[in-house]
Amino acid sequence: MSTLTLKNIVKEFTSGSGASASTTQVIKGVDLEVKDQEFVVFVGPSGCGKSTLMRMIAGLENATSGDILIDGKRMNDIGPAERGLAMVFQSYALYPHMTVGENMGFSLKLAGVSKEERAEKVNAAAEVLQLGPLLDRKPKALSGGQRQRVAIGRAIVRNPSIFLFDEPLSNLDAALRVQMRIELARLHAELKATMIYVTHDQVEAMTMADKIVVLQGGVVEQVGSPMELYHHPRNRFVAGFIGSPKMNFLDITVTGVAGEGVTVRLPDGSERLIPVVSQTEDGASVIVGDSLTLGVRPEHLMLDAQGPFSGQVQVIERLGGVTSLYLATPDGSGDAPIGGLKSDEQSDSGWILMADGDVNSRVGDSIRYGFDTERAHLFTREGLALQNLNRHPLTSLTRQDNSLSSASAAQEARA
Amino acid sequence: MSTSTSNSVAAASAAVSASRARRSVINKKLVLTLVAWTIALVMFFPIFWMILTSFKTEAEAIATPPSLFFTPSVEGYIEIQARADYFKYALNSVVISLGATLLALLIAIPSAYSMAFLPTKRTQGTLLWMLSTKMLPSVGVLLPVYLIFRDLGLLDSRTGLIIIYMLMNLPIVVWMLYTFFKDIPKDILEAGRMDGASTLQEIFHLLLPLTLPGIASTGLLCVILSWNEAFWSLNLTTSNAAPLTAYIASFSSPEGLFWAKLSAASTLAIAPILIFGWMTQKQMVRGLTFGAVK
Repeated sequence: MSTLTLKNIVKEFTSGSGASASTTQVIKGVDLEVKDQEFVVFVGPSGCGKSTLMRMIAGLENATSGDILIDGKRMNDIGPAERGLAMVFQSYALYPHMTVGENMGFSLKLAGVSKEERAEKVNAAAEVLQLGPLLDRKPKALSGGQRQRVAIGRAIVRNPSIFLFDEPLSNLDAALRVQMRIELARLHAELKATMIYVTHDQVEAMTMADKIVVLQGGVVEQVGSPMELYHHPRNRFVAGFIGSPKMNFLDITVTGVAGEGVTVRLPDGSERLIPVVSQTEDGASVIVGDSLTLGVRPEHLMLDAQGPFSGQVQVIERLGGVTSLYLATPDGSGDAPIGGLKSDEQSDSGWILMADGDVNSRVGDSIRYGFDTERAHLFTREGLALQNLNRHPLTSLTRQDNSLSSASAAQEARA
Repeated sequence: MSTSTSNSVAAASAAVSASRARRSVINKKLVLTLVAWTIALVMFFPIFWMILTSFKTEAEAIATPPSLFFTPSVEGYIEIQARADYFKYALNSVVISLGATLLALLIAIPSAYSMAFLPTKRTQGTLLWMLSTKMLPSVGVLLPVYLIFRDLGLLDSRTGLIIIYMLMNLPIVVWMLYTFFKDIPKDILEAGRMDGASTLQEIFHLLLPLTLPGIASTGLLCVILSWNEAFWSLNLTTSNAAPLTAYIASFSSPEGLFWAKLSAASTLAIAPILIFGWMTQKQMVRGLTFGAVK
């Protein structure tokens, strides 16, 4: 049973001295509840404070104000080791002068655990991570993936109440990253531990998390399951950050507000009904004539000869299964980067459309396309979302619910 | 046909330029080796000449032109040993330089640790200030130091010299350790802290083993500097705590200059540190270049 509660956590750094001292707030009042056995991912652009937040939970950094509670006990003034946590660092931070076995057993040695018991626990952890044959090697004789496993092993040996991972996969190559991702998911299912994971990679966040915490500028933008963030982003930032390629945005005008949704006028003059509520979460109502932002994910755009949008293909990325078309729009709308093939009078941003893998469009083609209104998003000028009237059925699904399938995927990957 | 000719011409010219490049590399190496040997010989010559002189008689020692070939004699060594007990001075030197080094490391390790890993906005200033104390001429503080030592009963005591040498070397020791510690990734110490290490355990289990080459070379340098120090040892000791520097000096004044005996005394005085330095040179170089190549 390991829970974590953050209550109004603030972190300030002071630079300079005397009258010229300036205080920078990097974490601006974060509240968070992490349940037992949950896999929580902190995600956000670099400098958003996600690592600082994790370091405060670990005890490596002091919170300026607010409470950190682990299993209901206030931990602010308790040292890192006594918090019962283990951390895996981005750089692995293995002790270079110790063997793999010594690295993993170091915490037990410090705790005064007998040599036999230490060996037993180290071997058990080594078994889980398939590190057995490497126990007598020094870290420098290991590959990146092996080092990462040793770092994880070092954490497992401590039998912590909560695992902390600080961008653990960012130093690995793409193939290894996928493999370690699956291994971590398997480990989480096996150890049944609470895990907190920091990353800037939204794919890692989407694939591993039960709950994602999106941070920006020291503020929590949204907390929710991966599917909730994907289908019901709270604001424009989350909508743009989650999902790859990122969501397309277009400025439009409201022409009707009704119970079944908000009607908007598109650039070609046609109107569409988007099934969203007419009030933002802070109570502001949308009225006819308001300017809003329409958000449509690339995968919810489709080629359609009668579609309301037109564009010229600038770049094509064929991935086999799907094809990304980077489109320049006649009015220069859209803010996705579309590369350098544009002519001078065209904007360098436009729309991205994800089409079928077999689509036969070519660079330079003019195409028409439409969108799935059921899956479109509307945002106010302030960037707040008007929530969809229909909750997506998968929003409350956590990764734990499909842990069986991920475990079998891991076995397949190993086989 | 024409293609093959042009090919072979190109191959030949490539071979010529390759051999030219190889030759220029060899030439460069040769020049560097010669320069290095010349510098080393120039630096070593006085020591060599001193050792040579120490095996001459007094008459041969002052002969002009100096003689390179002579019958070696240990007369000088026997005479100086009869006049003063070399081993007493040597023991003082060993005790004082090792004592000063250990004490300096003991104080410098925690201070360099705090400066490297818990820096404040004044750390850089403090480091520069520490170094600036090395610019003060020792003679400038001779009087106050002498009076303090007299009042504390530290004159002509090993403890006194250990303290003064420790203070003398502390800035350099702190600076060197600071740079070595700075090279250790903070993550490793933080991982140690997560593993339950106290600050002391962090230093003993992680920092010291990781920076051992650096600490060793710092220690060696400190020993050598202490061993060779003459100003304070001549002014603050007379006989009880006098190290080898005072031993050499004692041969220079009272009865005029006796080159052979003086050389013998000097040879004896520098022999231990010379051998010590030669034995530890690998460690020294490794330590001084520690972190430079990454």
